[in-house]
Amino acid sequence: MKLSMSAWVGGIMLAVFILAGVLGPWIAPYDVGPHALDLPNRFQGASAAHWLGTDSKGLDTLSQLLWGARSALQLSIIVVAISSTIGLVVGTVAGWYRGIIDEILMRIVDVLMSFPGILLNIAIVATVARPGLGVMIVALCANGWVGYARVSRGQVLALRERDYVTAAVALGASNRRVMWRHLIPNLMGPALVQMTFGFGGVILVEAALSFLGLGPQVDYTWGAMLDQARTFLWKSDWVTLYTLVPGIAIMWVVLGANLLGDGLRDRLDPRQRGRS
Amino acid sequence: MSIGSFLLRRLGSGLLAILGVSILVFAFLHLVPGDPVDHLAGGEATVEQRQKIEKCMGLDQSMPSQFVSFLGHVLDGTLGHQCPDPKGKPTVAARIALVFPHTAALAFAGMLAAIVFALPLGILAAVRRGTWIDTLATTTSLSGIAIPQMMFAPLLVFLFFVTLGWFPGPTETGWMALVLPAFAVGTHLMAMLARMTRSSMVEVLGEDYVRTARAKGLPEGRVVFVHALRNALLPVITIAGLQFGSLLSGAIIIENVFARPGLGTTLLEAILERNYPVVQGTVLVIAGIYVLVNILVDLAYGIADPRIRRA
Repeated sequence: MKLSMSAWVGGIMLAVFILAGVLGPWIAPYDVGPHALDLPNRFQGASAAHWLGTDSKGLDTLSQLLWGARSALQLSIIVVAISSTIGLVVGTVAGWYRGIIDEILMRIVDVLMSFPGILLNIAIVATVARPGLGVMIVALCANGWVGYARVSRGQVLALRERDYVTAAVALGASNRRVMWRHLIPNLMGPALVQMTFGFGGVILVEAALSFLGLGPQVDYTWGAMLDQARTFLWKSDWVTLYTLVPGIAIMWVVLGANLLGDGLRDRLDPRQRGRS
Repeated sequence: MSIGSFLLRRLGSGLLAILGVSILVFAFLHLVPGDPVDHLAGGEATVEQRQKIEKCMGLDQSMPSQFVSFLGHVLDGTLGHQCPDPKGKPTVAARIALVFPHTAALAFAGMLAAIVFALPLGILAAVRRGTWIDTLATTTSLSGIAIPQMMFAPLLVFLFFVTLGWFPGPTETGWMALVLPAFAVGTHLMAMLARMTRSSMVEVLGEDYVRTARAKGLPEGRVVFVHALRNALLPVITIAGLQFGSLLSGAIIIENVFARPGLGTTLLEAILERNYPVVQGTVLVIAGIYVLVNILVDLAYGIADPRIRRA
């Protein structure tokens, strides 16, 4: 597939992130668990022993970054997979059957869209005292599927008028067969674009929740690192580095996802070309 | 379709959406594990005290009748009262009214900051398409989309308040204290609008009427700013309008960093306190703002572009 230069850059950026997420915990030079406290070495700047310094507990920043990549990768893959599946099915069913089913499903979509997503995520996460990865996934999927549903419904409404769909119906194909064999494969392109953008979106929301102290209780997340940084805003020689490290990591992933998403959209969805 | 029937239809479906959100939140709150009475009463409450709180919150009634009494509070304009002591505390509506001006001020300032930076950036990129200026402007707006508020806002505070001392920091009030949060809250929107302006301008600059304007010898500035810009701004206005709703409620990170009161923060506090009436009231107000803003954007769009009104 021929992709633009910037799409390649985006793809490589995402690949680096995925690699860091997969290998991170193994290549991390130090442990980041609560037992690894090293209080004499807290608030260190960059050095040979700690390339990116240490945090308020003396834990190595680079290792936290790599562990954070692991949890960000896990969460974004799972959330994008679940919400795109739900969205594709809902959108296809709504667009194919139309009528009352479409009306009900799209009203649900309207309800979820008439409200800022992050507040819904917060409400769900806040239901448990110590949110784990599971609650986080539920919270992010609760409204994550809406975008996919809209996109695939729109596609199906256009596809259902195509000759090959009419032909399949005329040949006696069942509804299920038309949806699985003719509709869903043909809307994978736009869905893939949406998934690429979604990847960045999930990471931003997760970081925001962790920043507000509602993140998953794993050893380190990028959002939790940012939260820690702003608690020590007055430690001027240290705070810039410790803010920039996780911040740039988040930016890296979101930028990569946007660049690749833009490139894929130009390639797979020509009618959208040039729009932002 | 006339404007009147269009308005009625939109208002109807908007009310339906708000009702849907209310039911969703209501059901959700009652599914949530964790007893609101525990939170309000504390560990050492007597059975009597607990019953009093339960009665005050209406928890002794059935779910449908609780929902009906919530709707009653919507109609009488109080949005409910805060327990356990409704007389000593303001009504939910009063609590929201207290924070709303802060939220509105931040949203307007953020919108202003976004537009002031986005339009020149987008126009410049479109007019100088393909040059290094375009690349620079496009890169800037892409970074603006990708930069997390959780990094940007604390860095702004660190640089302009802690280090340079040019602007007031968190918890301070007054117009100057609005500058940093407005900039932080507007960055993402600025980036989106700049991209939108660029692509919209590029499209419009290729239209026949722009060529006509050039062919009749109008100065380039007039072609760009009068003929092209006016038409290119339509989609930009739409996005700006639609995003205004999220500025009003989704500024929760910025409110958190700058220790500002606001709708988002109020909702977060209420969720953590399990303060049902406040959660329901705030959600209702936010959903209402969303729906209203969307209708206004559609109306503005119809007025600005007669082709849509006829469709």
